[in-house]
Amino acid sequence: MLTYIIRRLFYAIPILLGVNLLTFTLFFVVNSPDDMAVSQLGAKYVTPEAIQSWKKKNGYDRPLFYNPDAAGSGAVTETIFFAKSLRLFAFDFGRSESGRDITTDISTRMWPSLAVAVPSFVVGIWVNICVALLVVMFHATRLDRWIVFVFVAMMSISYLFYIIGGQYLVAKTWRLVPISGFHAHGQFWKFLILPVLVGVVAGIGSGARWYRTLFLEEANQDYVRTARAKGASEIRILFRHILPNALIPILTGIVVLIPSLFMGGLLVESFFGIPGLGSYMLDAIKSQDFAIVRSMVFIGSILYIIGLILTDISYTWADPRLRLD
Amino acid sequence: MKPLLLWSDVLIYLLVLALCLFFLRLRRDPQTREHWRRVFSTRLGMVTFTLILVYVGIALLDSLHFRRALEPVEGAQSSEVFYNNQVTSALDVMLVGMGERFERTYSAPFALKSFAKENMKDENGLLYRDFPLLDHAGRHLSKPAERWADVVARTLWALVCGLLISAVLVGVQWAFLRRSSLPWYASWGTQTAVICLAVWLVLISRYYHVLGTDRGGVDVAYQSIKGVRTAVLLGTLATLIMLPIAVTLGVMAGYFKGWVDDVVQYLYTTMSSIPGILLIAASVLLFQVYIDLHPDFFSTGMEKADARFIALCFILGVTSWSSLCRLIRGETLKISQLEFVQAAHAFGVSHSRIVTRHILPNIVHIILITFVLDFSSLVLAEAVLSYIGVGIDPAMGSWGNMINSARSELSREPVVWWTLSGAFFFMFVLVLAANLFADLVRDAFDPRTGSGVTPA
Repeated sequence: MLTYIIRRLFYAIPILLGVNLLTFTLFFVVNSPDDMAVSQLGAKYVTPEAIQSWKKKNGYDRPLFYNPDAAGSGAVTETIFFAKSLRLFAFDFGRSESGRDITTDISTRMWPSLAVAVPSFVVGIWVNICVALLVVMFHATRLDRWIVFVFVAMMSISYLFYIIGGQYLVAKTWRLVPISGFHAHGQFWKFLILPVLVGVVAGIGSGARWYRTLFLEEANQDYVRTARAKGASEIRILFRHILPNALIPILTGIVVLIPSLFMGGLLVESFFGIPGLGSYMLDAIKSQDFAIVRSMVFIGSILYIIGLILTDISYTWADPRLRLD
Repeated sequence: MKPLLLWSDVLIYLLVLALCLFFLRLRRDPQTREHWRRVFSTRLGMVTFTLILVYVGIALLDSLHFRRALEPVEGAQSSEVFYNNQVTSALDVMLVGMGERFERTYSAPFALKSFAKENMKDENGLLYRDFPLLDHAGRHLSKPAERWADVVARTLWALVCGLLISAVLVGVQWAFLRRSSLPWYASWGTQTAVICLAVWLVLISRYYHVLGTDRGGVDVAYQSIKGVRTAVLLGTLATLIMLPIAVTLGVMAGYFKGWVDDVVQYLYTTMSSIPGILLIAASVLLFQVYIDLHPDFFSTGMEKADARFIALCFILGVTSWSSLCRLIRGETLKISQLEFVQAAHAFGVSHSRIVTRHILPNIVHIILITFVLDFSSLVLAEAVLSYIGVGIDPAMGSWGNMINSARSELSREPVVWWTLSGAFFFMFVLVLAANLFADLVRDAFDPRTGSGVTPA
């Protein structure tokens, strides 16, 4: 097991290198160092000397990939790619283009993101499983078909409408919670109810529908028929036979998402004014802050790869017949 | 009148042609025909397919662009004709100037007066503040109180016209299809409803703004209809760009195995580990910079918006191939182990022939299901991207842009609800129809769900 994890971690290195190369290329074609200098300095103060000094100060005065002037290994290390992108492997994120320390930003903004994402995730799965179990009880009736139709209808509504509708109904008309904002201490849960509620409701359509198929797949298995033949009650069959077996595919399907919870939700955070990593990313895209985007892409990729590894591990945990080696 | 061919117009017509050819080809195979029969033997399949065809039809009409000739200026010497910079489409002609009846700002559905008070002068030249009358709504009424009676009368008249038109259409279809065992009546019912709605909309929008007007005074119903083309085109084009990449790489990886497989797996793991929205945003910004640096490439604003739109389709396609590629690789791996492929190898059949004759036909159902399923998710994604600011150019109507501009309207007093509702309604019907149709297609084509999982 340990050797497997270590090997997978080594496989991750070329992938992360590829990710870095891709984002680096994309962003430096969009924004050459000169363009970045202009946008950061403001159009008023642009002189060739100012651009040069800005580039020197921020370390953009070197060639992109290969430095023919430097001696020995310096040909590779004294380049923008090495200095800016490869340093990420040591989790050294450096400073954003506006001069803020990215590591501090991320470590403070991580908590609001988690405060919204984790409850949405946990409550969402719990609600979806409950709803799906309820629907399976009515399986193959007219009601079942209508509920599936409602699920598909809920899937067909844009996430934006859930947010806008939730803010309008719960916060504006009923005045139950604040429309948006975040508070780190005291009554912070007041600000969290609505985002979590919106996240859960928006997810019911696709989530419960998927779990329903998983449960039904199990319901057609032989062991269910055997249990029924032996006289087990429907409730017992549902909770003692179907649910534990269906949990295996559910578990392996959601484990890959767990690490990504750190990244937060782009839309939820920007609509509800939550100062998390999602809104951090959105602001970075809008102000074209390459340093932040680069760091966030890197973290996102690492979390995704960790998710993949965790999924493999959870397979062996859920199904002891599997071995990783 | 001077026809104007946008790149996306060419693409949409090529696309429809290609899809028709594809389906004609599929028809030759009896098994595939049986699958399609299962889709269309349900009422739901008929209704949703009819609705999707209506949307595609609107999109096709909206893709016949031209520029109107301007009236010659009095006393002008040269006989040269100048053309309007505003691009018009066949759909605009059919809507009889629905998009040209501007108001000054918001107005509610069927309203006679504007939403905002303005300074006006009465007969005696005294200044007062009141809601001004709209320029293009209810001007034919002598008293405002007659409004609802007038609306009902016009609705009934439109209903009669609509029923007459659909009676002719349905009658023709009935003459050809009455012996068919498929539930055509479901499709006819949908057609009648859509035609009645369309006739009503066209007739009544000459006298009222059915869904009100937005901040800029543009008719919301008109904007919502114009959003159809963008959504349909984005949903199909992006998937069609993604398909060849995913299929080629996936089949290669699954068939050749070895280092090809390693490279392809590396590529799609790398792609899928980048947070998708960041990749799309970065690529769109890249293209935006390119457009801004070369303004002389585009003669009208529409062409510029069109270029950005195609780029967006392209980017969405190029960044989203990894999941389908993984599916196809797995399926190809499985198929190439089967006896008939082994036998083909033993007979010395060439690689290209094995792939085209033995492997591709067996993964077509995956491609088809993905195509239908991705359509609705792309339509939804467009709204999100427009919100982030990397979506469709505001010059080109889209539901995402409507939602984005209407975001803060619910917090006004009184509430401006109609812009959001218009976008919501048109988007919801399309996505719902596509989702339901996708379910039917999957149930019919997927060998796993097709026979096994149906309740015993």
